Amino acid sequence: MDRRYTVGQYALRSDVYNRPLSGLSLIACPDCDLVQRLPDLGPGASARCPRCDRELWRRRENALERTLALSLAGAVLYIVANAVPMLGLTAVGHQAFTTVLGGARQLWRDGREIVAVLVLFTVVVAPALQIGFMLAITLGARREPSPRWVGTLLRYHPTTGTWSMIEVMLLGVLVALIKIAELATVIPGLALFALGALVFVIAAMQASFDPREVWSRVAWVEGGDRQKITGERASEAAP
Amino acid sequence: MSTVALTAMQQGLQSCEACGLLSRPAPGADEGRCPRCNETLEFRKPDSLERTLAFLVAAAICYIPANLLPVLTTVTAKGRSSDTILEGVVLLWSPTGWPLSLIVLIASIMIPSAKIVALGYLLFTVRRGSIASNEQRTRLYRVVRLIGRWSMVDVFVDTFTVALVQLQPLMSVEPAPGLFFFAAVVVLTMLAVECFDSRLIWDPASSREVQYA
Repeated sequence: MDRRYTVGQYALRSDVYNRPLSGLSLIACPDCDLVQRLPDLGPGASARCPRCDRELWRRRENALERTLALSLAGAVLYIVANAVPMLGLTAVGHQAFTTVLGGARQLWRDGREIVAVLVLFTVVVAPALQIGFMLAITLGARREPSPRWVGTLLRYHPTTGTWSMIEVMLLGVLVALIKIAELATVIPGLALFALGALVFVIAAMQASFDPREVWSRVAWVEGGDRQKITGERASEAAP
Repeated sequence: MSTVALTAMQQGLQSCEACGLLSRPAPGADEGRCPRCNETLEFRKPDSLERTLAFLVAAAICYIPANLLPVLTTVTAKGRSSDTILEGVVLLWSPTGWPLSLIVLIASIMIPSAKIVALGYLLFTVRRGSIASNEQRTRLYRVVRLIGRWSMVDVFVDTFTVALVQLQPLMSVEPAPGLFFFAAVVVLTMLAVECFDSRLIWDPASSREVQYA
């Protein structure tokens, strides 16, 4: 033990795995750590923590197929939203157009590089990762057991959602649009409508997804123990 | 197992933040890896209170220039004029435009300050070991986590105003230094929320239940 500590915490962490419990239904509430047993839920039903009221699990019907369909729709809308102009403006013979990317580009040119990178990240990069990860997860999870990379993407998927701010941007664009409408004629572009649809598609994509279902399919890092836990299922299959 | 409600930590179990699997560390070890997803496991988020406080203090410092410095500069033939966030709210206020003005007021002034106060209150009560109104404090944390992103609205309003109003030499709008500080407040408070571990709210109450059991 002492020897392992001296090689540094990473060496220690890399080879020590926790032992799983004998069943997967026992969980701890992520918000208050209360240990409890998840009931077997019917489709659409949800379980809440009795102590802090956190929703622990909501069982979704056809979660994988629906989420796959919605993330495909999201990918198409995302490409349209970033490829075509979002807003146009005409005033006394002048005309100007901007795309989503154009907003970040103009900030960069005006010397606000850090804010430009933040805008680029929250409305271009993070949504692309959010949709792309979901697409890959739902495709990869069709295999059982699912490959390890599905687990890796699923681990980072909530972070992409935290920083993906399309709906906030859309509200900001609408405020800017009405503000500018007093000075000049504003022409809403196709991308604005694509973004409006994308906000709802992303929300539906997140709502139809059941991470617990995917986690139950992902291949374990520590392979041996999985056999013990899924033993019930295996014995069902065997005659 | 006892009949008293216990937390995973009291039973020596660790819950994976990534995949939710409950597992037991190897004998003698305090931390290990999740056997399902390889995530590093800890009983509580590491240095949660210190990290949250650090981000919160940084956010509170940036909050001052964010509100005092202008966020936009308008250049016209008549000259240059700069607006702070609050001036932007006042400018938007009109018989028809007041709903927008209200949106910006709530998102840019009220949400960031409420967030700083709420997180400060949570840090203070957790450090004091309070056991009162745990459920409401957890709910407060969830609300802060949910609405925090909407403060970014003003950054986007300014971004796209700048991108569109480029009618040189007639009129153009440039971003001003306050925009950076305002964006910093939003990002720093979001990071503070991510570092906070709401299970700490429940820990004093959990240990007391066991004492009296």
